[in-house]
Parts: sequence; structure tokens; C-alpha cells
Amino acid sequence: MKEHERFEEKNPMEGFLRMDRIPHIWCPGCGIGTVVSSFASALRKSEIDLNKVCVVSGIGCTGRVAGYIKLDSFHSTHGRAIPFATGLKLANPELKVVVFSGDGDIVGIGGNHFIHAARRNMDILVICVNNFNYAMTGGQVAATTPILANLSTAPFGNYEYPFSLPYLADACGATYVARWTALHLRRVTMAIQEAFQKKGFSFIEVITPCVTLYARRNRLGDGLNILKYYYENSEIQHGADTRTVDISYQGKIIVGKFVDREKPTFLSCMNEHLSKVLGDKYQRYGE
Amino acid sequence: MKADPKGVLTGAHYLDGDFSIAEGALAAGCRFFAGYPITPSTETAERFAERIPYVGGVFIQMEDEIASIAAMIGASWAGKKAMTVTSGPGFSLMMENIGLACMMETPIVIANVQRGGPSTGLPTLTGQQDMMQVRWGSHGDYEIIALSPDSPQECFNLTIEAFNLSEIYRVPAFIMTDECVGHMHEKVVIPPAEEIELVERKWYEGPKDKYLPYKPDKDLVPFMIKAGDGYRFHTTGLTHDERGYPVINAECQNICVPRLVDKIKKNADKIIKYEEDQIDNAEVVVVSYGITSRVSIKAVQEARKKGIKVGTLRLVVVWPFPEKRIHDLARKIKAFVVPEINYGQIIYEVERCAAGQAPAFHVPHCGGWVHDPDDILKVIKEAAK
Repeated sequence: MKEHERFEEKNPMEGFLRMDRIPHIWCPGCGIGTVVSSFASALRKSEIDLNKVCVVSGIGCTGRVAGYIKLDSFHSTHGRAIPFATGLKLANPELKVVVFSGDGDIVGIGGNHFIHAARRNMDILVICVNNFNYAMTGGQVAATTPILANLSTAPFGNYEYPFSLPYLADACGATYVARWTALHLRRVTMAIQEAFQKKGFSFIEVITPCVTLYARRNRLGDGLNILKYYYENSEIQHGADTRTVDISYQGKIIVGKFVDREKPTFLSCMNEHLSKVLGDKYQRYGE
Repeated sequence: MKADPKGVLTGAHYLDGDFSIAEGALAAGCRFFAGYPITPSTETAERFAERIPYVGGVFIQMEDEIASIAAMIGASWAGKKAMTVTSGPGFSLMMENIGLACMMETPIVIANVQRGGPSTGLPTLTGQQDMMQVRWGSHGDYEIIALSPDSPQECFNLTIEAFNLSEIYRVPAFIMTDECVGHMHEKVVIPPAEEIELVERKWYEGPKDKYLPYKPDKDLVPFMIKAGDGYRFHTTGLTHDERGYPVINAECQNICVPRLVDKIKKNADKIIKYEEDQIDNAEVVVVSYGITSRVSIKAVQEARKKGIKVGTLRLVVVWPFPEKRIHDLARKIKAFVVPEINYGQIIYEVERCAAGQAPAFHVPHCGGWVHDPDDILKVIKEAAK
């Protein structure tokens, strides 16, 4: 068979990825690519106008997602993906804006923006890949690191209380909150599809393996071992009280859709309120 | 193109500088404002919040200044003209994302109503201490454009100018005013919309598959598109190639970064703006900007009465700096006098450009109030000796 006659198998994700940037930078066993695949599947299944979907990332391993997804994509500064996304969404409300970033970015350095975007019910979807550590810089302790886990800046084990992200998002007013692991590929895809349909601040946490740093330092084995841990320790509890879903070191991981509520978004609140107060003089925005 | 009459409050008004900045922004077509309250700049945000519901646009009070500038950069990429206003501490918080705006080549406008610093300093009192910070405050090599109004009328005019320059060169443009001008009430005449000339960023109109977000045009500024138009483009704060893709090596860095600087440097003559008075036979030239140029007038008048040949050069655009003009003057005059409300900032630039041809005498003042004209006069006399 001549070279040009060879049957070429195409990756079904090709239309959604910047193939000219592949291979990506992520390590073997990393879970970020898995979440990106789920995201691409969700895009395909959702049948939404891809020209109107934007992805904003911050900095870090997951921060690189924006660079691989073939949509209007923005690789912003550390922690500031959410306010950047807020600006995009408010300046052009017909855009569907997705923040795709890591735990350090979204709830570490960017924690303030996270709680305020949820409080305002900004109409964006935040996908937070939580690998329990700052991986891009070499495996430092994070705001999500379970107590006792060992990391390079917690060389004797972590003793700080971590955030429970679904609880945080719920408390701040998010309209959709779910948690899955990198093992729950189809569930992540479904959650993203579901969140695409929501109006308001949607939050999906995906627990993922960081084999090179978190797992190695804590002698937890390779990617397969971590997925096995997810398999044996994940427990689906839809509608669980978010006060009860915190994660302990190598303990049980409660997953599922915890919150799904309806409430007006920032822009609809703005339009409704100002219309009521100012009457016809008010120039309704973005409708 | 002409201004949209919806945002233009044509007529004669009695406004302070902060309000005039908001009116200038609305006249310039700014329809997105993200800000955080900080004295003495807050009135601009208040005015915008009160006016925008009738014009059509968004005002959002963000959780801090970092969020404000990040939101503006996002809004600009969605196609809106965006602005914010702040003062010293908030300005410091914005520095990282000023670098992002420079790297992504995003038009945004930031007004800094300066107060005395460092740190919390003098929240309610004037200063001109952020003049070097605006030029060098973010890390890395880049260029920005900064204008310095000396009156509420000029706050209005220069805000429009700042938007135009920011759009043309795809850089952050700054209105570097101060508490005195910000809170000074004067007559402000807002012309009819059809007399206000606006410039928009160069929108790309070629075939979609040929678009390269960072391929420079002849003036070194690349064409822009906006999110949602179907280009599926990527932009990043990382060093990038013409496709906007990150390339982390020295070769790409030495193509990407020099252009960010050169697009301003090579177009500097078109951007630079200053006003001169009685400069032809001057032996001493007072170089000043903003409120200090108004205070200097009294000192200059007194000096002229005493027979000293003194001229003035008022920087309307401070950055890029009028290097050639200062260099030329230095060969003709005895000395420069540089009053400014700081302990030495723009004087270093004057000295650099004078290149030893004429000395520069500084009239420092660390803020809290404007100079006593007598202090400036004393230095003019000394410089004339």
C-alpha cells in the first residue's frame, strides 16, 4: 500500500482541538486530558453554536486547556480567568463562556473572584480540575490538599484545613454544583451538557490524578492505581448536603450532582431592576 | 467615525474632572465599565453607573481592582470599549494585568486619579507619584500611552483621545490625572456628537482561515477580531507567535516583545503632544504636566516680570516622552526646571533626553497639596543664574 493510500483514522475530537498544537504538555497518567475529552464530547452532543463558545483559562497545568481547545480561547493571568470571563460574558451576552482551570487557580489565588461570580450568579460555567496540588510549579501544597498529604512545601504532610469546593460554591449561591472524578468520563460529559443548559453560575469539580507529583510524593502508584482508588472509594450521592462532602486523604469521595436550582442571573437582575425603577428610559441590555 | 449621540451630553456644564472623565468615556463610545471604589477617583465610577442605564451598556462594581482590569480585557475582546478608574493602591493591584493587556494587545483605558503615596498614603490629597509606575510598573518590556489633563475640560477631551489612541495602537492608554484636577469644578463644554471624531481598532476583514491574530500590519499593529465571530482564535499572556500560540524560546521572545515596544516607539511622533509658550528666546524652560503646569503659570509670570527669559513646555502626552524636543531644547537653553508632585520622576526623563547639554533643576513636592508658586520661582531664578 502506498503511503497516500493508507486509511487515516481521525480522532473524533479533532474538530474540537487545535491539532497543530498536539502533542500536549500533560504528563502520562494526568487526568486533565480526560476532562478535555469529556468537554469535547459534551460540545459535540450539545449541538450548540461553537462559534459562540469561549474558553478562558488561568495559569497552571489546567490553565493550558484554553490553548488546545479549538474555540475562541483565552489564556489569562493566574487566578483571573473568572473576572476575564465575566467581562466577555457581560460585553457580549450571547456568548457561552466556560472557565476551565485548576484548583490553585480558581480557589487558591482566584478564590475571591470565584465567590463573587457565584454570589452575582454570573452566567458562566466553571470547570475546576482538582488535582490537590500546584502541579505546574512542582507539586506544592494547595487550598484543596487533604490533611496529611505530603507535598514539596508541606514536606512533613499538610496540616491546613482544605476547602470543600462544592460546599463553597453552594454557599456562595451557584445554581449548579456537581463533583465527579476523572474515572467518571460519561458523568462529566453529562454534567457539562446539563450545565450548558443552565442559566447562571454552574460549577463542576473534577477530581483528577496528578501522577508525577501528588501520587509520586505520596507513593500512591501510577494513574491506574489512582483510578482504582476512585473506583473503590467514589460514592454517588445526588443531592447530598454539600456540608458533608469534604475529602479526606485517600478517603471516600462523595460525587454527584449536589445543587441544581433556578434563579435570575446578574444580567437579568440588572435588566429587571433597572426597568422597574427607570421605566422606558432604561436601555435594556443584551437582550 | 463620529460619536454615537446617545452617549454625548452636548452642552456647557459645571463638572469636576472625575465626572468629565466619565462623560468623555461615554462620548468615546465606552459601554463597559468595571471598577472598584477608591478615593479620589470614585466619582467617575458613580457618574458612569448613573448614566449608563440611559445609554445602554454595563457598569459592574467588581470585587477588587484585579478583577476590574481582567473583566475589562475580557470585555474588550468581546468588542466593547472598556474603561476603569482608580488611584495609587488600586493602580498597584492592576499592574500584572496591564502586562496581560500589553501582551494580548488589548485596547483598554485606565484613569488614575493620583493621590499621595506610597501605600495608603494620602487618600484624599493630591500627588503625581505614579508617573514612572504607569510606564514601568508591570514586569517585562512593553510600552503604553499616558496622557495628563490639567483641567476638567481636558479630562473630557483627553479621555476621548485616550480611547482613540488605545484603539489605534491596541495598548492600554492611561489618563494620569490627580486629586486636584479630579475634584476641581470648572466649565466643561461637550460638543455635539457629530463634532467628536472617534477611531476604532482595525478590524480584520479577510478570509477567516487566513487570519493570524498577531501578524503585524505596516504600522506594526495587528488586525483585531472579537470573540463570537467564528475565528476560533487563541490568545495568551505567554510569549507567542503570529498564530497566538505559545512558543517558549528566545527566538520567539525576540520577535514578540520588540514589536510591543516598537509599535509605540516608531509611531511616537504621531502620539506625542505638548504645548509650549514663549519658548523661542527662553533661557529657562519649565517642563511640567497636569495640575503642576497650572501652578507653574504664576511662577513663570513672576519670573518674566523680573526679566527672566522663561518658557514653558506642558506635557499633554507624558508617555511616549518627547525625547527629540527636549534634546533639541537642551542645546539652546541654559536650564530646565521640572516641578512635579513627587520626589523625582519625570525629571529623570528630562535629564536623560538633555544628555548633559543643559542641567535640569527639580522642584520636588511629595504630595498633599500643589506647589507654592514661590518655590518654583526660586528654582527658576537659580536656574537662570
